[in-house]
Amino acid sequence: MNHFWKEGSLARYGAFRLATAVLVLVGSMTLLCCLTLIVPGDPATILLGPRATPEAAALLREQMGLNLPLYERVALFFANALRGDLGVDVINGRPVAAMVFAALPNTILLAVSAIGLAVLIGIPIGCYAAVRQGSLLDQGLAVVSVGLVATPSYVVAITLLYCFSVRLGWFPVLGAGDPGNFVDQLHHLVLPTIALAVGWIGYIARLVRSSLLEVLNEPYIRTARAYGQPERRIVMKYALKLACIPTVAILGVGIGELMGGALFVEIIFNRPGLGSLIFDAIRNRNYPIVQGGILVVVSIFVLVNLLVDFSYAWLDPRVRENLGRAGGGA
Amino acid sequence: MGLLRRIWASPSGRLGMVATLLVILGGVAAPLIATHMPNQLDVAARLTPPSGAHWLGTDHLGRDLFSRALFGTRIAVGVALAVTATALVAGILLGVTAATAPPVIERTILAAFDIVSSFPSLILALALVAVLGPGLLNIIILVTVVFVPQFGRVARAQTLAVKERPFVEAERALGASGGRILAFHILPNIVGPIVVLASMNIPVVITLEAGLSFLGVGIRPPLASWGTMLFDGFTYLEQSVWPVLVAGGSLTLATLGFTLFGEALRDALDPKLRREP
Repeated sequence: MNHFWKEGSLARYGAFRLATAVLVLVGSMTLLCCLTLIVPGDPATILLGPRATPEAAALLREQMGLNLPLYERVALFFANALRGDLGVDVINGRPVAAMVFAALPNTILLAVSAIGLAVLIGIPIGCYAAVRQGSLLDQGLAVVSVGLVATPSYVVAITLLYCFSVRLGWFPVLGAGDPGNFVDQLHHLVLPTIALAVGWIGYIARLVRSSLLEVLNEPYIRTARAYGQPERRIVMKYALKLACIPTVAILGVGIGELMGGALFVEIIFNRPGLGSLIFDAIRNRNYPIVQGGILVVVSIFVLVNLLVDFSYAWLDPRVRENLGRAGGGA
Repeated sequence: MGLLRRIWASPSGRLGMVATLLVILGGVAAPLIATHMPNQLDVAARLTPPSGAHWLGTDHLGRDLFSRALFGTRIAVGVALAVTATALVAGILLGVTAATAPPVIERTILAAFDIVSSFPSLILALALVAVLGPGLLNIIILVTVVFVPQFGRVARAQTLAVKERPFVEAERALGASGGRILAFHILPNIVGPIVVLASMNIPVVITLEAGLSFLGVGIRPPLASWGTMLFDGFTYLEQSVWPVLVAGGSLTLATLGFTLFGEALRDALDPKLRREP
């Protein structure tokens, strides 16, 4: 064993974490298969409606692979998914993978712009509150940010839609905009982005405030102050960088939350995207789309968490060394 | 009482307590306060603004929004409490088992937690709804599944920490059985953080349940749920804003109240943040 694999090395940590991620994905895929296969009632009959002939139902069951034993269906799903084949839409026969990847960019655009907006507004607010700790403004911001976190995203979305689209007419009510027209698309993106970002602004502001306060009490900040460094420089140059680490970690966990929020926003603003695709498929019992769509969401979630953990381990050697030790905590 | 007084001491704790009490009282006393039956139709008065007859206006079927919001409280808080209590018990059982059982069982339980939490909570809930179908009981079951890992992980971590403390070793040296140590020493010592987690969990469950109902896969329509009220209101938004205002307002009051209360409870229970010596 060479030094590359020694205890506490990044490579060893990476390999361990990668193996866990693969296990989680395999487990989730198995669960997904079981979910859509132990459905009460016969999906084929439900899809075709009560007037379907037994022959037609049998044919559809055959097409959906519902006649195979469970383990074979799981294996088939795995094998196909690895080749990038997520099955076909049972209603009009289009390949699911193409549908999912057509919807995905819309959702990613929405999620990324929401997070960007939340970071742009949340970090300065949190900073300001931490530097002026205990001031009236700090207390006011504390209440406002709890309010922002506690309000469900769909309530925010409907409120925005009502005020700015229905009443004031400043923004379009529905859709994602004309595909070729960038300005139009941007115009359609404003309200959904704000709706999705609002909760995150409060969350990030609170997080940055508390971790900045913690960092500002560290001895090295006292040293910097003793050296006569201007306070502004201390906060901006030394403290803020460290205080942002928990924010990065939260984004990893939060990406799932964000996808859930995006689903509501997509439905309320009638935007095409992964969320509305999965939701419509559940309503129509179009299981291949549910399976494929959720698999893609879970893969993104696992991948982002992997990247976050990895960057965390890179930034903080203690994370790597704790690998595999009992009592790792929650 | 000392705990409640400490919560009351902070302005946000006071706000949380008042809002939480209002919501719980509204739910408990719904049949007494409500001016109408929640499903009573008044087709002549559809989508009306607030008036003497309907204090907060009516919805698209002419049902009284004030009364529906009150009865909706029962669903929201009832589901949240049922889910949190079940997830708490299941989480403690699994977490303590993981911390004390042989490594094979521990690994299996932890892997199961990892798989469940590798799904975004709303997506997992939607996937489970696809299997179980909507309805009150199914919503309680599937939302519980979503939240068990959080409680399980905290219970396990706390048990591991408490297990190594000197007083437990002393008890073991005195010949106490494993069951006695678990019941009298480990459980009382892990309950604090889990109760805090549970109180922080309630607004999350309320949001998730109302969200599922909003999407039409949660509580079935005849029952008054804030989520379905919000969806109906959303459908008729261009004609009247009151249904959305009442449902969204109740929902926000409840989540905000429980969030503030939960945070104040956490601060009050955390000795590190306590100011008096």
